[in-house]
Amino acid sequence: MKVQILGSGCAKCKTLEGRVRQLAAKYQLPVEVEKVTDLQEIIKYGILTTPGLVVDGVVKSAGSIPKDDQLLLWMKGTS
Amino acid sequence: MMRKLLEKYPVTSTAILFLLWIILYTALQLLADAAVALAGLPQGAHLTEAVRFFVFEVPKVLLLLTLIVFAVGIIRSYFSPERTRKMLGGKKLFAGNVLASLLGVVTPFCSCSAIPLFLGFVESGIPLGVTFSFLIAAPMINEVALVLLFGLFGWKTALLYMSTGLLIAMVSGYIIGILKLEKYVEPWVYETKAGHSELAEEKILFPERISAGFDAVVEIVSKVWIYIVIGIAVGAGIHGYVPENFMAGIMGKGAWWSVPVAVLIGVPMYSNAAGIIPIVQALLEKGASLGTVLAFMMAVIGLSLPETIILKKVLKLPLIFAFVGIVAAGIIIVGYIFNFVYS
Repeated sequence: MKVQILGSGCAKCKTLEGRVRQLAAKYQLPVEVEKVTDLQEIIKYGILTTPGLVVDGVVKSAGSIPKDDQLLLWMKGTS
Repeated sequence: MMRKLLEKYPVTSTAILFLLWIILYTALQLLADAAVALAGLPQGAHLTEAVRFFVFEVPKVLLLLTLIVFAVGIIRSYFSPERTRKMLGGKKLFAGNVLASLLGVVTPFCSCSAIPLFLGFVESGIPLGVTFSFLIAAPMINEVALVLLFGLFGWKTALLYMSTGLLIAMVSGYIIGILKLEKYVEPWVYETKAGHSELAEEKILFPERISAGFDAVVEIVSKVWIYIVIGIAVGAGIHGYVPENFMAGIMGKGAWWSVPVAVLIGVPMYSNAAGIIPIVQALLEKGASLGTVLAFMMAVIGLSLPETIILKKVLKLPLIFAFVGIVAAGIIIVGYIFNFVYS
């Protein structure tokens, strides 16, 4: 599974990236975490606010930091 | 425990908290006087009055801030940039500018998202001028600044700040629109095909909006309280020590050039609204006029160098200069209006 964090350096983007990496390590999830900072790349996902969270190519959230249990559900692929 | 109660009985606990808020707010003067009396400070001394001012103003402004940020948090949960874009779609100049400016106030927005937002708006066919109205209004009308103006100078000043801020956003966007500056947008902007996310619009229940309100309070108040305490301490500290009219000569109403100079100094400076409050407080205390100080504040929070540099990725220089120039001119006019009204 591939988890991408879209954002070019806002404070929330860094927080979200940290959260995702932390969760992946803590629960030993087989996910590949990638930070996308290229604007044109980000825009392709059609989000208006950063950070965006993309799981396997699907936008899950934009402009906010989802709660940990919600992140976990997405990263486990159960929703 | 607080969290649990809020989750279980969101409406009831919010109502109780609000009741507590009212009681506390009405008792502030009493509490401040009691604190001063308890500390055993001599009646009428300079220091005593400074302390009294401080212990009254700090909780007052913090209470107001909590309430307003909470309310704004709830209001913003009804708006999202995606929804705003939909509402602005197909709007013409002028009507579009008015709507975009109003939506700029209530839509959650962070200047770090300025580029994706700009692209998303322009791409979906929203006119350039209308997009700019939104981008100008969003940072310019700031809830923290609103609270401080309301708390320290009363509702008329707060209202005047908000309405003139809106007016600047509407008119500046409209002018950018009629000048037809689209050719100064980087060509790749129109060439990129933005994707469309299938982010479903979730149905949000009211208790979740309440919790959005509390989240906003935690996020903003935890960041901003220190500046407010410093600001009021500065106000209390120099009260009566530095001559009253220290700044009047250079930033008073008499000096006609003070407004443009304040804006020129303010534009390259960057700070959040709370960060410059200590400065604003000190300037006003010492006889700088309200219009001049407000123009300075608007220039600092509404036009910022970092944001302009970010915009360079999508806009060519002539458009950036037009944007900064038109908004700065608007702020200068507002400064003069304030100085005129409050003379």
